[in-house]
Amino acid sequence: MRLTFPRMGQIDIPVKTLFTELGHEVVAPPPVTKRTFDLGVKYAPEFACLPFKMTLANYIEAIEKGAEAVVTFGGAGPCRFGYFAQVQRRILHDLGYDFELFLLDPPGAETRELLRGLRFLFRENLKAPGRIWQAFRLAWAKAVFLDRANQLYRRLLPRVAQKKAAEMEYRKFLRVMAAERDLSRLELVYTALAHNLENLARLETGRVLRVKIVGEIYMILESGVNFDTENILGQMGVEVIRSVSMTHWVEANLLKALFPGHRRRTGLLSTPHLTSFVGGHGRETIAETVDAGINRVDGVVQILPFTCMPELVAQSILPDLSRRFNLPVLSLVLDEHSGAAGVMTRLEAFVDLLREKREKDMAKAGVGGEARNPTGSG
Amino acid sequence: MATGYYLGVDVGSVSTNLVVIDENGYIMKKIYLRTEGKPILSVQKGLDQLGRDFKDHEILGAGVTGSGRKLIGKVIGADLVKNEITAHGVAALHVHPGVKTVFESGGQDSKIIIIREGTVVDFAMNTVCAAGTGSFLDQQAKRLNLSLEEFGELALRAQVPVRIAGRCSVFAESDMIHKQQMGYKLEDIVAGLCEALMRNYFNNVGKGKEILPPVLFQGGVAANKGIKAAFEKELGYEITIPEHYEVMGAWGAALLARKAGKKKGFRGFSLSDREIRVESFECPDCPNCCEIVTVVIDGEAIPGWGGRCGKWEKGVSRATG
Repeated sequence: MRLTFPRMGQIDIPVKTLFTELGHEVVAPPPVTKRTFDLGVKYAPEFACLPFKMTLANYIEAIEKGAEAVVTFGGAGPCRFGYFAQVQRRILHDLGYDFELFLLDPPGAETRELLRGLRFLFRENLKAPGRIWQAFRLAWAKAVFLDRANQLYRRLLPRVAQKKAAEMEYRKFLRVMAAERDLSRLELVYTALAHNLENLARLETGRVLRVKIVGEIYMILESGVNFDTENILGQMGVEVIRSVSMTHWVEANLLKALFPGHRRRTGLLSTPHLTSFVGGHGRETIAETVDAGINRVDGVVQILPFTCMPELVAQSILPDLSRRFNLPVLSLVLDEHSGAAGVMTRLEAFVDLLREKREKDMAKAGVGGEARNPTGSG
Repeated sequence: MATGYYLGVDVGSVSTNLVVIDENGYIMKKIYLRTEGKPILSVQKGLDQLGRDFKDHEILGAGVTGSGRKLIGKVIGADLVKNEITAHGVAALHVHPGVKTVFESGGQDSKIIIIREGTVVDFAMNTVCAAGTGSFLDQQAKRLNLSLEEFGELALRAQVPVRIAGRCSVFAESDMIHKQQMGYKLEDIVAGLCEALMRNYFNNVGKGKEILPPVLFQGGVAANKGIKAAFEKELGYEITIPEHYEVMGAWGAALLARKAGKKKGFRGFSLSDREIRVESFECPDCPNCCEIVTVVIDGEAIPGWGGRCGKWEKGVSRATG
């Protein structure tokens, strides 16, 4: 049975690797295009959020390419994500698409669905647990290197002179990473990228502005729906720090029992501003904005899909944090509208604001006044 | 004294505004035109009018802002292309150095700009909804057969403004029609609409922002006295409408061009007589199907834009600020 899955940023690379190594034939959904938007908007409920619409369209486009089964993830929080799979299954079956859906809910939620999904995924290897372990190791290592490479790229993009060349290197890395099957070679692929990026001519930038992106994870990671915000900011000479990543999401959501540190960090940083779990990444948005304030990041951009409840709760708390930490915050509400102009206007104006604020702050402190703490991405 | 001038152009969804300022920043001439969906043609018209007075003077720099800034920036050879938030902030600070809040309401979007100690510290624009902006007011005034001036005057005469739902312009319109068929007086309905738009502005754009006086109200909608009155009623103090409220964006662009120094990339007022052709097509090279735009001036092509991969943009890129 040919498998497919929802897309989100570069998650297709490790997921495809995992399924292929487990012995399945995989049909990855094509990257987000106008047609993906059209399909999602046409078949999803009007006020469903964009991640729902886009993943629904992913399945349609993959089924058209020959996929017969969808493997997806679930959740059990207050965010609508917990219902995506069930509702999407109904919609697609009503439309006459014939496919099987396997739902991997986090342990503790829908155990029966989870076991059914895992049994299906592992059915070729039930007698060879070693192969399952190898497949997971390879996929996980790819995810780790992809996240690391993305972080490096975001840090260097504002600093290199030939931004196009940097982008080309990064794209090449993604292609090689997707195809590589040998675990021991992944590090080489990464070092090659690092080497090539470090060798590009640098600009005389002085201290580069740093902006942290917080908000709903799909909208942050999927460049096809956020107008490639990270790249836009990078081209404007801004270093982007991301509050979430693929590996972070897996650790904090699917394997939360094994990685309690993420929840502890979020709890600590978000208290007392938001003390309850509001679903999705609402609490992370608050926690990571506080982190940005403490670590003197220059500004925060919140990206959320229109009608997203968890992020709306967070959005209402952000003005208070912005005042408390003297930290400019911009909220970008995105929906199906495809006009990049509005997003550009806001980002340009935000960067203007940050530049001017920094000049003033520096003038006040006396130039080169205080040392600033570097911060790693969360 | 032979002086040079700076040109500012603001290409919005509804209006296209041009100003020429002198080296001290004073407006020498301003032009307010309807864009009518043809940004290049309206800019050509504007340049033609300006050219009559300024064709023998040197234009030291040209700045462009507004939603059509990228296109027009390339067409006229602007030295500076800036987003309209920064441009409006700069113009507001120029006319009122102590300003703390700017309300700006134009054709399709409305913004709030928070300024402290002469710097923009926060801003917001309407998100996925255009209710409460100029286009909607325009449409309603037309439906009632009123000019925008009459519309504002009428609102001021209201005794008991009726409640209109301002969240969505479609529902606002049906609310208005319903109240009108119920027999409410036109001025009360019009004033009710002004209040609804004001409420929507504070809920959508102004939410969570610290609004402090002095407040400047600029953009085309500021011509509407009813809206101004509704804002003042809610805030409890007077707000100021600057003399050149309708061209503040263009003025800001010109001031920014002046600040950037003498660049002289401007192609000249004679652009109004040249044939400018825009060609757009869907790039067939990948499933993104990017809509590519290229401009041809008298047969000479300017590098295109609109693609995600960058291959159409090769060549000129003056557009970064």
